Amino acid sequence: MSKVHSDIIEHNEKHPHLNIEKNNPDSKFPKVVLVGNPNVGKSLFFNYLSGVYVDVSNFPGTTVSITKGIYKKYSIYDTPGIYGVSSFNDEEKVALDIILDADIILNVVNSLHLERDIFLTQQLIEMGKKVTVILNFFDEVEKRKIKIKPDRLSELLGVEVITTSAIKKSGFDRLDFAIENARIGNQPKELHHILHETLNRVGSQAEALMILEGDTLVAERHGVQCGSPDEREIIYIERRNRVNEIVSEVEYEDSSRGKFLNLLGRLSLNPLSGIPILIIVLTILYFFIGDFVAQRVVNFTENTIGKGYVEYYMKSYIAKFTPSQISVNLLNGGDKVIETKNFIFDKSIDSDLSLYNEFKNYSRLPNAEVDFSFNNLLVRLFFGEFGIISMTVTYLIFLLLPLVIAFYFAMAMLEDSGYLPRLATMLDRVMTKIGLNGRAVIPIMLGFGCVTMATITTRLLGSEREKTIATAILQFVIPCSAQLAVIAVLMSSAGIAALLIYVSVIFIVLILLSTTLNKFLPGESTSLLIDLPMMRFPELDNVFKKTFFRTYGFMKEASLWFFVGALFVGLLDVTGMLLLFQDILAPITTIWLKLPKEAATAFVMGVVRRDFGAAGLFNLSLTSMQITVALITITLFVPCIASFMVMLNERGWKEGISIWLGTWFFAFLIGGIVAQIIL
Amino acid sequence: MKNSTLDKVKKGTYITITNLPTGILKVQLIRIGITEGSKVFCLERLPGGTIILQKNRQEIAIGYNLAKEINFQIV
Ligand SMILES: Nc1nc2c(ncn2[C@@H]2O[C@H](COP(=O)(O)OP(=O)(O)OP(=O)(O)O)[C@@H](O)[C@H]2O)c(=O)[nH]1
Ligand SMILES: [Mg+2]
Repeated sequence: MSKVHSDIIEHNEKHPHLNIEKNNPDSKFPKVVLVGNPNVGKSLFFNYLSGVYVDVSNFPGTTVSITKGIYKKYSIYDTPGIYGVSSFNDEEKVALDIILDADIILNVVNSLHLERDIFLTQQLIEMGKKVTVILNFFDEVEKRKIKIKPDRLSELLGVEVITTSAIKKSGFDRLDFAIENARIGNQPKELHHILHETLNRVGSQAEALMILEGDTLVAERHGVQCGSPDEREIIYIERRNRVNEIVSEVEYEDSSRGKFLNLLGRLSLNPLSGIPILIIVLTILYFFIGDFVAQRVVNFTENTIGKGYVEYYMKSYIAKFTPSQISVNLLNGGDKVIETKNFIFDKSIDSDLSLYNEFKNYSRLPNAEVDFSFNNLLVRLFFGEFGIISMTVTYLIFLLLPLVIAFYFAMAMLEDSGYLPRLATMLDRVMTKIGLNGRAVIPIMLGFGCVTMATITTRLLGSEREKTIATAILQFVIPCSAQLAVIAVLMSSAGIAALLIYVSVIFIVLILLSTTLNKFLPGESTSLLIDLPMMRFPELDNVFKKTFFRTYGFMKEASLWFFVGALFVGLLDVTGMLLLFQDILAPITTIWLKLPKEAATAFVMGVVRRDFGAAGLFNLSLTSMQITVALITITLFVPCIASFMVMLNERGWKEGISIWLGTWFFAFLIGGIVAQIIL
Repeated sequence: MKNSTLDKVKKGTYITITNLPTGILKVQLIRIGITEGSKVFCLERLPGGTIILQKNRQEIAIGYNLAKEINFQIV
């Protein structure tokens, strides 16, 4: 999903030398680039200025690629957060090129962390870039009675400084001023001497500085020797000292107040209190999603609205044009059939008016359950029990949509609260056992929302091997929200034992998979180094906006694929191929997995998207243990097409295909082993 | 004062960082604001050795393996 808006950029990332911007009609617009430390609010500014939606969350590393937009007569860019300009990791490499290319830099700063943030500011200034500093989070500064002197900061840095609060959009009227008045700041005197020689050779102060700081990427481009680590250290320490001096001059604090949220943040770090907090969070999630939405809301939308109204009227309408048989069951309070009546319309539903009226009266009784069946093959393909149109509508809109909204909403609340990085820290030591560090908790948690998006977020991990392990975990074992939705519904009928078996098997696979990879992948994993954002109550405005955009993206993609998948299965069905297919797969389905042979249909749909596969299980009558086996197999089965494509892009063909084939193999292997044991 | 590695720091002490690992790690720490000579507060020491430092208003989590490479003194 997130891939859509970053296509040009992905391309640019791979060929930074191509500079495809040159061909764009708007390339004459000056480039305004938002630069800043992670989690300082850059994306909020970008959303506001360009009108283009990008994700905003309360953890470092939300943005991992560059997005471009237009504001007035400027082209404007959102970038991943960085602590300094260099090319140590992917995010920095992406940001480096666009910074070197920038005409104007809007440097967004978290006013609460000046000492950390001004380091980057100072580096940008030393690069000779035109900069304006945006002191963001000023609402928090005022709340905490911290005193900051923006004018003095402006004097010391030699550039304009404006103050804003991006969540309240206050100070945004000064953004035009900020862009128009960006200028080159005060240059430290010694710098000129150091830079002089390199500058003559490469012609740009920014690149000269990069080379002196030992950036091999830039040095190679110019075919010059880069600075040694020692030289870099000298420059860095000088800069750090200068920054500390500046900050001590512009900031002093009146009082600091303890806060409930602060305490909560601290408590969620230590396992002693953190695990109970995690359990509370999960319980709330369970009651909200598993109980409230999956049972009550979905029951209402799927049965009352979907089946009761939409399907009923749609099919009655179709029955006007084609012969149909309709059976109406009257149910008692306990969902038992007390009376059944069959209506047969040989030509059209309204050709025999008295029968039609009888049907109408009967079928609209509040306890009636109506089943349409059509003789015509083509009509059945589109409107039958598993008809493409009727099923796409009921399944996507009335079953999946409410659940997916609930999941995205819950994820957005978590992302905004600042809880995720603390969970990451608490789990850090456990994660090192499987070759990751705590940071990997963030993409893995995001995977429960959307595996595709989470696979892109693995970029924030420190080494290739960590990215591989995390990607494999995501693609093998993490069910995305749509899949969880279907699982939740199926599991609720299978009981607690089934749930426990399911969860433990998936968990064991996770452990086996990651420890094996950890053992055999070469290289070393990095250690945790993360700064914790403040805890705070989620910004509801942002939560709703994010939920909306993600749901929209999901529906756009899922509808198409579901339609394609349903058409495919429908065609197989009508042509008799499905039966043939089921017969071929029968040994695996019936003997190895001990499922009815019709379950093979679920795997056909599952190749398109795992959640569709799981949905294919609805219509089979399975025992609870069969449900468990089927769900385990489908969960471990191939990831959806979109996330497969993203994986190829992120991890390369060889690795991507291996993981994909691996999912085929292990899904059936493990599903089968479980089947042999419990069935 | 005794010089020891950060994985052994006690919760609730004020410390001075005396030595950082070399290379990219050092650069990353300097950027975040931790240099040789910085005074920081140990906010939390999790079982397993992950350390949470506080510098001004900023909280920084450091994994056990990285902590072993950082030296400090108690102030
Ligand atoms: N209180 C307060 N919160 C803010 C302000 N600006 C941004 N935030 C919050 O800070 C968090 C980060 O915002 P983003 O726009 O995602 O930050 P970013 O700089 O794009 O972050 P990365 O993409 O991770 O580098 C969000 O939770 C925002 O709601 C502000 O002025 N005041
Ligand atoms: Mg961002």
